[in-house]
Amino acid sequence: MSTPLLAAVVVALGAIGWLLGSWRSKASVGGKVSTLHSRPGYYGAYVLCWTILPAFFLIVLWSAISPMVVSNMVSSRLPQNVQDGVTQARSLTTSAINTIERGLATLSAEDLEKAAQPNTDVKALLLSKGAPLAINPEPYAVNAALFQLQAKRSSQLLLTISAIGLALLCLGFALFQVGPKLRSRNAVERVALAGLFACSMVAILTTLGIVLSMLFESIHFFGIVPIQDFLFGTVWDPRFSAAGSSGEAGGQFGLLPLLWGTLYISFVALLVAVPVGLFSAVYMSEYASGSVRLMTKPLLEILAGIPTIVYGFFALITFGPLLRDLGAHVGLSISATSVLTAGLIMGVMLIPFVSSLSDDIINAVPQSLREGSYGLGATQSETIKRVILPAALPGIVGAILLAASRAIGETMIVVLAAGIAPNLTLNPFEPVTTITVKIVSQLTGDLEFNSPQTLVAFALGLTLFVFTLALNIYALYIVRKYREQYE
Amino acid sequence: MLNVEPSSLQRATAQAPHLQEPKVVAKDVSVYYGEKRALFDVSVNIPDRGVMAFIGPSGCGKSTFLRCINRMNDTIPICRVTGKITIENEDIYDPSLDVVQLRARVGMVFQKPNPFPKSIYENVAYGPRIHGLSSSKAELDEIVQKSLERAALWKEVKDRLNDPGTGLSGGQQQRLCIARAVAVNPEVILMDEPCSALDPIATAKIEELIDELKQNFCIIIVTHSMQQAARVSQRTAFFHLGVIVEEGNTEEIFQNPTDKRTQDYITGRFG
Ligand SMILES: Nc1ncnc2c1ncn2[C@@H]1O[C@H](COP(=O)(O)OP(=O)(O)OP(=O)(O)O)[C@@H](O)[C@H]1O
Ligand SMILES: [Mg+2]
Repeated sequence: MSTPLLAAVVVALGAIGWLLGSWRSKASVGGKVSTLHSRPGYYGAYVLCWTILPAFFLIVLWSAISPMVVSNMVSSRLPQNVQDGVTQARSLTTSAINTIERGLATLSAEDLEKAAQPNTDVKALLLSKGAPLAINPEPYAVNAALFQLQAKRSSQLLLTISAIGLALLCLGFALFQVGPKLRSRNAVERVALAGLFACSMVAILTTLGIVLSMLFESIHFFGIVPIQDFLFGTVWDPRFSAAGSSGEAGGQFGLLPLLWGTLYISFVALLVAVPVGLFSAVYMSEYASGSVRLMTKPLLEILAGIPTIVYGFFALITFGPLLRDLGAHVGLSISATSVLTAGLIMGVMLIPFVSSLSDDIINAVPQSLREGSYGLGATQSETIKRVILPAALPGIVGAILLAASRAIGETMIVVLAAGIAPNLTLNPFEPVTTITVKIVSQLTGDLEFNSPQTLVAFALGLTLFVFTLALNIYALYIVRKYREQYE
Repeated sequence: MLNVEPSSLQRATAQAPHLQEPKVVAKDVSVYYGEKRALFDVSVNIPDRGVMAFIGPSGCGKSTFLRCINRMNDTIPICRVTGKITIENEDIYDPSLDVVQLRARVGMVFQKPNPFPKSIYENVAYGPRIHGLSSSKAELDEIVQKSLERAALWKEVKDRLNDPGTGLSGGQQQRLCIARAVAVNPEVILMDEPCSALDPIATAKIEELIDELKQNFCIIIVTHSMQQAARVSQRTAFFHLGVIVEEGNTEEIFQNPTDKRTQDYITGRFG
């Protein structure tokens, strides 16, 4: 029985266990359900859990261990000279065995017996059955493949028997326990809790895994390029070198031009997004009449829903050339891809982000504070300036920091609109490049993952991650502190 | 009847406030929240230099009426007010009247203390600052100190004027809000259940303050405490289901209520 089918059978047994469990619980009190410790459904779930969980555990464990055991057994049966060969040769043999085994697996039992005869031409046999082999199998490989096939089949058989047996055993055990005294609800809830915990663990472990892999690859990179050259180098020139070469010949990996570009563009973006977003939030929450609010809020939110790639090509095709022509008109040489282009467009992208966060924060300022201020004869603008904005300030700062961390991590707009030249320049009309752009360009194309040219992407990613993480933590800290203020 | 101290009654009678020219006059005031009508043709005269108490069961429209007097209901979009309210013969719902100036003349202390998330000093200085009541820091300092003294809070906070106002206790916050209202020198002070969250000691302090303030101001107080109304007010209006059932000198309302509903309410038979 294949593993998915086996799992289905176990689940089916579980369903039967459910029915039996709830039926037995009712029967045990002669239908007076209220005298049970838990509702009958919980008894069903109790038996269900007992039926499927141990069996699933067994299946998972078996599927993890059995391939290893089988391949160990197979390789120990290979001729000594093959076992002692170099790694590459061994892995070649293994894949040959696997190929033959896959072919053999399609044969009927009868043909299989034929193939096991010492002097059968297995290749021809397989060909005649429609499973051609690309290699000329060594006899020991055929033997090993046959053995591997047998071993796998018996392992699967054993698994099927033991899993179903275990499921039935546990079903019986749980069913035997069912009675009015059994605290099935507590047990089921414990299982549910463990399930919830496992789900949250998935997210945490994934994050951890990503961070760790980034960290290890970066350490690997810093083994080739000294960390101080990366962090404080002012020249970015990774120079795609031939495979296998390493060290200084591979180019210079100075982070500073990229970091500068990233921060400069983010700064321009925030210069646009913060005032516009904040003032639109003030208008929305304090001045706009109900109908205006009803209209504009969704519109702003649509702006937030535009994919950044769309902003990117808008910048590249329309806005960049427009800026360039405008610049030429007034005698400024603005390059089509520049800090200004990318920054302004990114600023527009961030407006709804800033405004909707600030709007929420301003709305969270209690109405009683507004009334208190009006009650003292303050005008609406005095109230906003002197009471509402100061009260909302920490939250707004948090919102701005969150926007900044988005700006720093933003990729598509800068890839298309900022340029690729790693410039350390103050001139906003010149192209610069950012960390994200360089990660993209280092990782596109056909590469191998052991040259500094590609490994640097991990170091860049880690830098970016550290930056945005720090910003986010600080922003959340501020926002949280602000929330407590009114509680 | 109610156990009212004779001394406070005598004091109330001695002033005979109803003989004065009324400060605030409401005529046929009705309030609608959307379709729902909350006040029905309420008319009342409120004397200057005295305390008027509004009593009545919950939801009967006391706060609604109070908020008409400084047009705080304007901040509620669905709220509509009809009728006429005058302060010193000036119609406060006249379109040419500046509501901001009105609110500077009519201070309000809210049911729940709502200090600004600023320092104690800044809370009190807020009103004088926006109205330009002081020309120098020293003058402002003086206004702040005087207001805090009037609100019986100065002694407790004089060493920590720069601490946040939100860090004070509930009763202190309420007195801070009173100081804040007093600092702009309003002619009328509206107090919506100013003692509802206070312990007896803080309540006594605030009542003392009201007693003192009424020398100079017209005070209107909403309260659920019959004793408090009897202690601090000279006139009382009993609200019921959006109308003023009975209005008159406090001791008369408490000792010889003419309406059966008033009688039932102040003896605690309903509400
Ligand atoms: N903002 C509002 N929107 C709609 N209806 C309101 C609003 N404020 C008050 N009301 C209604 O107006 C009526 C009078 O309310 P009001 O707050 O004036 O009562 P109150 O006498 O102050 O009661 P309490 O003693 O509980 O404070 C109530 O029925 C209430 O439901
Ligand atoms: Mg009220």
